[in-house]
Amino acid sequence: MEKNLNNAREEIIRRSGVNPSKCMKCGKCSGTCPAYDEMEYHPHQFVYMVETGDIEPLLKSQSIYRCLSCFACVDRCPRGVEPAKIVEAVRLEVIRQQGANHLKAEGVAENLDEEIPQQAIVTAFRKYTK
Amino acid sequence: MKVTYFPGCTLKNKAKQLDIYGHKCAKALGVELEEIEKWQCCGGAFTTSSDEIATKLSSVRALKEAESKNQPLVSLCSACHNVLKQTNHAIQTNETFRARVNNYMADGEYNGGAKVMHYLELLRDVIGYDAVKEKVVNALNGKKVACYYGCLLLRPSKVMQMDDPENPQIMENLVRALGGEPILFPYKNECCGAYVSFENKDYTAVKSGKICNNATLNGADIILTACPLCKYNLEKCGSDIPVVYFTELLAEAFGIKE
Ligand code: SF4
Ligand code: SF4
Repeated sequence: MEKNLNNAREEIIRRSGVNPSKCMKCGKCSGTCPAYDEMEYHPHQFVYMVETGDIEPLLKSQSIYRCLSCFACVDRCPRGVEPAKIVEAVRLEVIRQQGANHLKAEGVAENLDEEIPQQAIVTAFRKYTK
Repeated sequence: MKVTYFPGCTLKNKAKQLDIYGHKCAKALGVELEEIEKWQCCGGAFTTSSDEIATKLSSVRALKEAESKNQPLVSLCSACHNVLKQTNHAIQTNETFRARVNNYMADGEYNGGAKVMHYLELLRDVIGYDAVKEKVVNALNGKKVACYYGCLLLRPSKVMQMDDPENPQIMENLVRALGGEPILFPYKNECCGAYVSFENKDYTAVKSGKICNNATLNGADIILTACPLCKYNLEKCGSDIPVVYFTELLAEAFGIKE
């Protein structure tokens, strides 16, 4: 992943609209996160690592696909930091690159069953693919 | 009374019961859901990134149509409702976003004048639970109902403003009006696992399993939902508690369920 990481940090901050320096590192976002057990980096770490410019591990981590976009961290952060927007901005940094879609159309058929709602398919594609 | 109605892709396919009974119950209550003729899929999720414009235009067109008719924009699906409300909020509060969106709007600008309402809000705020109660012919006889909200109806609460995001009562009060008994349900605003079930069903089964267990533990007969994806995830997690759309329960109480 050849990227100017300093640039990536600015892009992530701009795109998310989040000011990571507002974070007081209380960990409440991670405490309330339903994806905690599946995420290598937790929401408060996303905020901190973006603040300090430690972006590369986030870009490489599967954590960006484990976040459920439930917005619990956004609602419960006492400082209004909105960590989910940082997670989304990092994911976009990855999937907006050429050929970096997380979901490929070819793989779709095997994920389908009789009952799966259209909503699941369109949302997964919106989140994982550009 | 007429309202502008945005059905969304799932209600025309896998979640037909949500749509059909939504129409029938509205009719029984004297409301016509006027479907947008050329609605386009909302995309299922509002991308929070401020530089994403094109994916939000389908919502903007729907909002614009409702505004031009001077009607509220009503939807049944939690996801459509969430995307429409968040898009409207972004138009109202973010000038740059509004300007960039309007670059695409060849036949006139949209500046955030529509009012977005979930069907549940229509029942509570416009029709009123007293009027709902009057239509009940088959009271639910104390049926124990776990009212499940998940994420999309409530969060981000600053934008959604439907109810208290930590202890909502909008569905509970509807169930009471129908003669049912809403149970204590601490997991009512936990996430079912959402769209991640598309690629990782083991993961979402754990999330949904906890929600179903919590409903069962508290004595629920059924789980009530407004979301096709929540319903799917809750039904796939291995629990056997029935998951029912709120419009189905409404139709049952009104005696118009087939
Ligand atoms: S809840 Fe907010 S203030 Fe606390 S660690 Fe998370 S982002 Fe920082
Ligand atoms: S939005 Fe993502 S990071 Fe935030 S609490 Fe939900 S799953 Fe965790």
